[in-house]
Parts: sequence; C-alpha cells; structure tokens
Amino acid sequence: MLDVVKDLLILMISSSLVSNVVLSQFLGLCPFLGVSKKVDTALGMGGAVIFVITIASGVAAVIYKVILERFDITYLQTIVFILVIAALVQFVEMFLKKYVPSLYQALGVYLPLITTNCAVLGIALTNVQKNYGIGFSIASGLFTAVGFLIAIVVLAGIREKMEYNDIPESFKGMPIVLITAGLMAIAFCGFSGLL
Amino acid sequence: MSEVNSEAKQGSMEVFFNGLVKENPTFVLALGMCPTLAVTTSAVNGLGMGLTTTAVLVLSNAIISLLRHIIPNRVRIPAFIVIVASFVTMVELLLEGFIPSLYSALGLYIPLIVVNCIILGRAESFASKNPVIPSIFDGLGMGLGFTVALTAIGAVRELLGAGEFFGVPVINKVLGGISSMIGREEPIEYVPISIFVLAPGAFFVLAALTALQNRVKRKMREKGQNADKIQSGCSSDCASCSDGGCAHRFVDVDGAPGSVADAKKE
Repeated sequence: MLDVVKDLLILMISSSLVSNVVLSQFLGLCPFLGVSKKVDTALGMGGAVIFVITIASGVAAVIYKVILERFDITYLQTIVFILVIAALVQFVEMFLKKYVPSLYQALGVYLPLITTNCAVLGIALTNVQKNYGIGFSIASGLFTAVGFLIAIVVLAGIREKMEYNDIPESFKGMPIVLITAGLMAIAFCGFSGLL
Repeated sequence: MSEVNSEAKQGSMEVFFNGLVKENPTFVLALGMCPTLAVTTSAVNGLGMGLTTTAVLVLSNAIISLLRHIIPNRVRIPAFIVIVASFVTMVELLLEGFIPSLYSALGLYIPLIVVNCIILGRAESFASKNPVIPSIFDGLGMGLGFTVALTAIGAVRELLGAGEFFGVPVINKVLGGISSMIGREEPIEYVPISIFVLAPGAFFVLAALTALQNRVKRKMREKGQNADKIQSGCSSDCASCSDGGCAHRFVDVDGAPGSVADAKKE
C-alpha cells in the first residue's frame, strides 16, 4: 500500500512538474500559446484539458488492456487511440451540452480545440510505453493535465502583465510569448532536482 | 471554387515548388511546427523527422486523392485520420526494423505525426480536391519544405548547443585552425551553450524564427506587397491550421459549426 502511495507521489511530481507536458515535451503547444491571453480563459482551457485527458487516458488504457493486448494487435495502437480520442472528445462535448449545461458553458468552447490535440494522444501512448496499469494511466493523465494547467495559467499571468510593456516591433505577438515560454522552461528545468 | 480550379490547372512542378518555397509549411505557413520541436535537437534528427513526415504525407495524399469521390463528406475527417494513422504505423514499424537508431531518437514523436497539422491540412485543402499526380507532388513539395526547415532548425540548435554540424565538431576544428595560425600552443575551445539542445532552446529558436517572419512581413507591407500568406508560428487557437483538419470536428453534426474557424466567421 505504502509503495503504491509512494509511486503515485513520484508520478505526480514527475508528470506535472519535472517532465511538464508543454515545457519539456512540447505537447499541446497550440492551446498553450493560443488560449493564454487571459488567466480566466487559461483556467477554462486547463479545466477542459484535465477533463478530456483524464477520461481519454482511462479509456485508452482500458481498450489497450482489454482488446489490443488480448488479441495481440498492439501494433494498431496509434490508429485505435486517435480514433477513440477524436470520437470521445466529440461525444463528451455532446453529452455535456445535453446533460450538464453549466459545465458545458464553462468548458464547451475549448473542447473542439482539443479534438486532435497531440497531448491527448501523446499521453495515451506514453502510458502504454511505460506499461502502466489502468489506474496508473488515469493518474498519469490527470497529473500531466494538471501540469498543463499550471503552465498555461502561469503563462497567462505573465502575458497579462506584459500587455503594456515596450516590446521591440518584430518581437510583438508570438515571439515574445515564445521567449517567455522558453524562460519558463528553464525555470521548470530546476524541478528535475526534486526527484 | 475558382481557387481550387486554378490550383488544379497548375503543373506538377509548380505545385512541387509551391510547397518547397512559396508556401513552405514551416517558414511561411508555420504549420505543424510545435510537436516536432522536441526532436530537432540535431540536424540528423531534423532530417529524419522531416523525411518520415514526407513519406507519410506523400502516401496519404495519394490515397486520399484516389478515394476523394468515395469518402462521404460528413465522415471525411475520421476517414483521413484512419488513412494517415495506417501509414504512420507502417512507417513506424519500418523504422523500428531498419533504422533503429532513428527510431529510438524520435521515439514518441513518430506516432504523433498523425496529429501533425500539415498532414490533415494538406489532405483537407489539397488532396481531397485534386487528382492523384498533383497531390503526390504537393505532398512531396510540402514534405521536403518541412524537411529543409526542420534540418535547418536542428542544425542551428546542434551548432550552438553542441558545437557540431551533423555530428562533426566543426566549431572546434575551425577554432583549432585559427589557434594554430596565430601560433597559440593550446587551441581555443568552444564552450557549447547546452541550453539550445535542451527544451528551452527550442522555444528560443522558434521565437527568433517568428520574429524574423514578423520582420519580413513588416518590410513587405511597407513596400505594399501582400504579406497575408505568411502566418506567425503557432498563432492563436490553432488558427494556423484553420484551413486544415486540426480544428475540425470529428464528425459534422447537423446544426453544429463544422470547425472552430467556421465558428469564428459566424
């Protein structure tokens, strides 16, 4: 029991901070750079990502263990995962719209942006690569998505402050955001001492 | 539609060079940059990733173009995804079997080619509307344009971060030559800026690249040229692939907007 808790703690720190999904693996850069102008929207996007990635990594792990491994067709994982994830995101969107309108109001606009997000597929594949069970896959999905939330909210906070700064003409817009992200990535390198 | 027709009339070579130079997916359209940044730590890796993507792009463009009258419009995105994912799986297995060193260097980023904006984007905007031969040349041009760009980015990062070019320590050789010329006994050694082969370096290189794009765009505007074609890297909401498959819904549902781009126009 204690071992499991210890493993989970290590997983939490390593997947949310040390190997942060955006800042060290470059997955999910599109929403990270695109939806980080304001802290509010960044929180919404982060929430949607947590929601989708947790569900998707659970579903992908179940499909891998129950179907692909049993019939020895694990080489089909890429095809199966991408289809399942893309369909799942749209299904989740339709489900929320119909049954949980309040949550749909908060997350709905962000869901289509995550449909073919590389982060979702990337995490499902990483879980398989690392040979996690179903429970650990869900945990790893959740913690990775929390890492995404941390990164996007911090970036949005910095961008709000940067709004009125004097930036060289050519660096206005995306370049300065990328440099900010680079500096954040350096800061996140420091977390590698935690493990 | 008129635009599509005019594109179809272009010669194959024209389509090819369009992808390689005029609409270079990385430097001009800024498509599909993001996830591949992780593997461009050296010129060889950039070249490998670029060629892998090119192979997938050419094959999927050819098949999608062949099937363009058969695939129903409403389920085209899932159909494209299955075709692309099949080719990615094949290429992955081939790499694992024949070039294991490249396979282990690229790792997770090979299956992630499936979600690369370029591939679904070209399927949606070119291959699904044009005959096979132009589609193949479009894939070849776009793919090689992507390869050139990734190799260049990889070379810059390798040169600054490790002092090497395709694994050859060029900077130290040049410095050694200079030191012996000026008669120093101990050659001057290059201290690599290793941050450039780590994750932050990718962000800095991409920032420099987009800043350069911005500058070119500004100069073009000052001269009164049309610079709308140049899009800045990874711009807002995946808008850089708004004409592609990235932002599209999986299956078109009645009443729902077909894509994020459509939603914005409305």
